[in-house]
Amino acid sequence: MENMPLLVSIIISIVKILIIVHLLLVGVMIMIWAERRVSGWMQDRLGPNRVGPQGLLQPVADGLKFMFKEDLIPDHVDKPLYVLAPAMLLVPALVVVAVVPFGSSITLFGYEIPLQIADINIGILYILAITSLGVYGVVLGAWASNNKYSLLGGLRSSAQMISYELTLGLGIIGILMLTGNTLSLRTIAIEQGAYPWHWNFLIHFPAFLAFTTAMFAETNRLPFDLAEAEQELVAGYHTEYSSMKFAMFFMAEYMNMIVGSAVTVTLFLGGWHFFGLENVGGPVWSGLISFGIFFVKTAIFLFVFIWVRWTLPRFRYDQLMNFGWKFLLPVALTSIVVTGTLWITTGSRLVVGIGNVVAAFIVVSIVAGLLVMSTPKPAIQESDNQLAPTVLDAIE
Amino acid sequence: MNPEQILFFLFGAVSLIGAIAVISFRHPIYSALSLIVTFFAQAGLFILLGAHFVAAVQVIVYAGAIMVLFLFVIMLLNLGTLSAKGAITGKLKGFAVILGILLAVEGVYIAVKGTKPGDPAVASAETATESVNTTTYSIGELLFDEYLLPFEVTSLILLAALIGVIVLVKRETQEEN
Repeated sequence: MENMPLLVSIIISIVKILIIVHLLLVGVMIMIWAERRVSGWMQDRLGPNRVGPQGLLQPVADGLKFMFKEDLIPDHVDKPLYVLAPAMLLVPALVVVAVVPFGSSITLFGYEIPLQIADINIGILYILAITSLGVYGVVLGAWASNNKYSLLGGLRSSAQMISYELTLGLGIIGILMLTGNTLSLRTIAIEQGAYPWHWNFLIHFPAFLAFTTAMFAETNRLPFDLAEAEQELVAGYHTEYSSMKFAMFFMAEYMNMIVGSAVTVTLFLGGWHFFGLENVGGPVWSGLISFGIFFVKTAIFLFVFIWVRWTLPRFRYDQLMNFGWKFLLPVALTSIVVTGTLWITTGSRLVVGIGNVVAAFIVVSIVAGLLVMSTPKPAIQESDNQLAPTVLDAIE
Repeated sequence: MNPEQILFFLFGAVSLIGAIAVISFRHPIYSALSLIVTFFAQAGLFILLGAHFVAAVQVIVYAGAIMVLFLFVIMLLNLGTLSAKGAITGKLKGFAVILGILLAVEGVYIAVKGTKPGDPAVASAETATESVNTTTYSIGELLFDEYLLPFEVTSLILLAALIGVIVLVKRETQEEN
């Protein structure tokens, strides 16, 4: 990129942005279709299969329907924030992709074009910063709706997102310690190399599990979708939304899933590498193949998202808080200490990997033991506040 | 004007407008949101200075965590719209005026006598930012080498605060039960 005229690099950037944003939007449509078809398959029914081949055009039909619905704004809402909230959820989801490397690079007309919009030095911090802003869309939408169910949903969601954000950030630190002195996602992907046994998910297995679980919580997906628990809160924070505004909330959720999967693939699953397949072919083809590998890995991870949603039931609120603070957080913290200590003393990735798993196992056993011992007798459990456990009760 | 200067004035203007909006909105939620806008503009200014790490941390800590808690509290307390009279009263008013005058004097002083682009102090700062290849790397090196003791002391203080909060909250819930 260094020897490029300014105009050329600007045009290339714009083209990359256009392609990636459209890929993301089409990806959302495919994900909505896939979710309904896969859930149908898992529940031994068909799912939508009427519009287009295999029902593939169903999201288009849904989109058209959303467009033509009346854009209703209830009287009792706080209008400016009510209109702003869906955008505040959607924009962070869109902006995060800027730093995700989708493949190695393509050489066109003598210019080497990396398949990434911006390879900035603080890539990971950028992702953490922008994802932490997603909370505002939920909280403001909930508050502006002026509806107690919405507000309850929003409060639950923000408490959950703040709690799990911590694990998300801590889960990455182990990787950073072993990846030279940079926070750039591209470097992290390159340093993992071509072979799966060098990828970060084996070296940092407990951190990988903690990170992935936190990612589920951040996207408000089952089993962490307490913010929109239908049986309790109608539809949670987007109860009062209809038409395209609701569609924006809906799209943001799927976009977050796609981006989350892409980030996980980059950080833990070797990015676009797969047994050296990404180097096959000329300067153009190898780039496209690496993009294909990245795409397939992300797709597999997205399937896991759907799989989990239709397999696990929803957590209760106190269970959610207990799980986040008493299991995920200690595991992520231990992984940092163990990784640092073993890496300094032995310098072997194998030892670090084994040590991480053993340490996580010990920590989980200790916490589980403590929880079992400290569980109060059934007689005490019948106190008044048992019906509505608050954040403080859960942390306690 | 070069692009950097245009961006500087843009971020500076947004930051100022946000700050003024914080104190002029009647509703606390809107004030809190304006404060977030200001934090963002300041993150932009940090990036222009080459302090990428500080910019990211500014967004993560202030815009992403602290302001969410602010909003949380405002919503739970259901503060509603503030009246014009009740906001500042009696002694506070005089105090605010004195502080305001002090700030204004400081601002004028800096504008008149402060550093300009050609000054030796600014030049040495510029070469320093250029010579350091990655800001995050150099901040880490400084924190864990030259400033290790202050860093550790700060983390100890934070830990103490954390434990203090847990102890306080625990006692209250026990009394309730």
